[in-house]
Amino acid sequence: MEHFDLSLVNWSRAQFALTAMYHWVFVPLTLGLAFIIAFMETLYYKTGDEEWKRITKFWMTLFGINFAIGVATGIILEFEFGTNWSNYSWFVGDIFGAPLAIEGIMAFFMESTFIAVMFFGWNKVSKKFHLISTWLVAIGANLSALWILVANAWMQYPAGMFFNPDTARNEMHNFWEVLFSPIAINKFLHTVSSGYVLAALFVVGISAWYLLKGRNVLLAKRSIIIASVFGLITSVFLALTGDGSAYQVAQKQPMKLAAMEGLYEGKEGAPLIVVGALTPGKEYNDGKDPYLFRIQIPKLLSFLGYRSGDAFVPGVKDIIEGGYNYTDKDGNQKVALSAEQKIERGRIAIQALADYKNAKEKGDTIGMAYNRKLLDENFEYFGYGYLNDPKSIIPNVPLTFYSFHIMVGLGFLFIAFFILMLYLIYLRGFLINKWLLRLSILMIPLAYIASQAGWIVAEVGRQPWVIQDVLPTVAAVSRIDSSAVQVTFFLFFIIFTTLLIAELRIMFTQIKKGPKEGGN
Amino acid sequence: MLKNKGMNLLKRIFRFYYEGFKSMTIGKTLWIIILIKLFVMFAILKVFFFPNILKRNFNTDEERSRYVIEQLTTKPK
Repeated sequence: MEHFDLSLVNWSRAQFALTAMYHWVFVPLTLGLAFIIAFMETLYYKTGDEEWKRITKFWMTLFGINFAIGVATGIILEFEFGTNWSNYSWFVGDIFGAPLAIEGIMAFFMESTFIAVMFFGWNKVSKKFHLISTWLVAIGANLSALWILVANAWMQYPAGMFFNPDTARNEMHNFWEVLFSPIAINKFLHTVSSGYVLAALFVVGISAWYLLKGRNVLLAKRSIIIASVFGLITSVFLALTGDGSAYQVAQKQPMKLAAMEGLYEGKEGAPLIVVGALTPGKEYNDGKDPYLFRIQIPKLLSFLGYRSGDAFVPGVKDIIEGGYNYTDKDGNQKVALSAEQKIERGRIAIQALADYKNAKEKGDTIGMAYNRKLLDENFEYFGYGYLNDPKSIIPNVPLTFYSFHIMVGLGFLFIAFFILMLYLIYLRGFLINKWLLRLSILMIPLAYIASQAGWIVAEVGRQPWVIQDVLPTVAAVSRIDSSAVQVTFFLFFIIFTTLLIAELRIMFTQIKKGPKEGGN
Repeated sequence: MLKNKGMNLLKRIFRFYYEGFKSMTIGKTLWIIILIKLFVMFAILKVFFFPNILKRNFNTDEERSRYVIEQLTTKPK
């Protein structure tokens, strides 16, 4: 790995992370608020109560601001694929291209068509058609997310593909395996439900501000009830899909799970760390206690990861040294290879690819067949061949660990918050204590923190891989000048920060103004 | 007859959008932001900073494949 320009790799990663994180500031609110608006409009359609129409239009305006500022920010990620990650872009081939193409078509035709009806169609189309359009915007936005998340899930667990050494591309042999891979399904459900919870907290928080100010009281009360019910259901669902995601991570990305829990030495009946602090400077094989302190639940990590309280959960050291038993994706019992052995097999695969190419140029069909077989036999470890040190398969443990615990802690806080809010409304109507209203406002930034932390766990936890086990970042990056990446990093930083400030200013102005009839 | 119906539909769609845009209040600011953003992204960033390296440097997929295999199988100097 010392042969690669790590400055280029790190700047390219930093730029991608910056772009993705800013993009993800805008997306979750769109995903969730669209459904909340659709529910509100459904109530208007059912009851004919004009107040529901006013409420729907108010939240629709905030949805429009977020949508307009955020729209197309994700396209920059595609620019980066072509420039900074050209090896990767070519290597993934149609597997990435097909879902993204479907996403583009769906996003364009569904969202763009029906969003116009949603905003311009009041009093111009029938109430029923308007309502259907609002629902289609919500469904379209979420389906767009599906295809992006399917592509991301494939990088975490490359299913339904084979590598073609003639083209140096992965080719899809089973679209359904890609679409319905367990990682993809869980990732989609977990990610979109995090957007629903964020949107629910956004609506509750802003409504609470109105109640504190004594303004738009009916709008605030109705919005709080709708958003709290939606938030409670989706936050419980979020926890369930989080469990599903963690189970899949345990099976497919054990190093990520070890980093999430700061687990260096594997054990049977492994506990789940509820709260803890990691020992700074911990090395995987120094024998030090990884935690400065911890509160843990015995056996829970084993149970959540393998559905058995006594199951063995490998730690960082075990994954590097190998030798433990595990079940592979076909259900076979196997002994894990050490990182050294995987590196060796990865090098064999890379050499086989080079030799295959040479044999092909010489027209040596026997050489081609021999090297093709060698490549296929070792391809699952292809990416390891680029690594020189077994330690390089360890992600940033503290960042993954703390992000994971912040995300989970906040997720449970949100469930408790929605239960408390609904319970107090049930008990005392809207004579809610001021502290709870103030807490509701605080929940909005906490929702964004939890949402970003989730992506940090997913993406930092799988390092050094761009495609799990098959392609590390060092091999995926284009060999371009790192100074060019630095320049565009700061350009993006300025552009996205400007957009965020614009969004916040317009949003705050609109919230202060409150709802009004007419206008978009 | 069919042509007239088609024209009417197009006219109605045009008027729907035209009147929608005309009656916007905050939407006008948002559209300005969207247009500036798209201009910066596609006319500046994409053109000057983010070429598709493989498309720009090679004419055929075969050349691109050969280049990527070389990148994947040789260590950089």
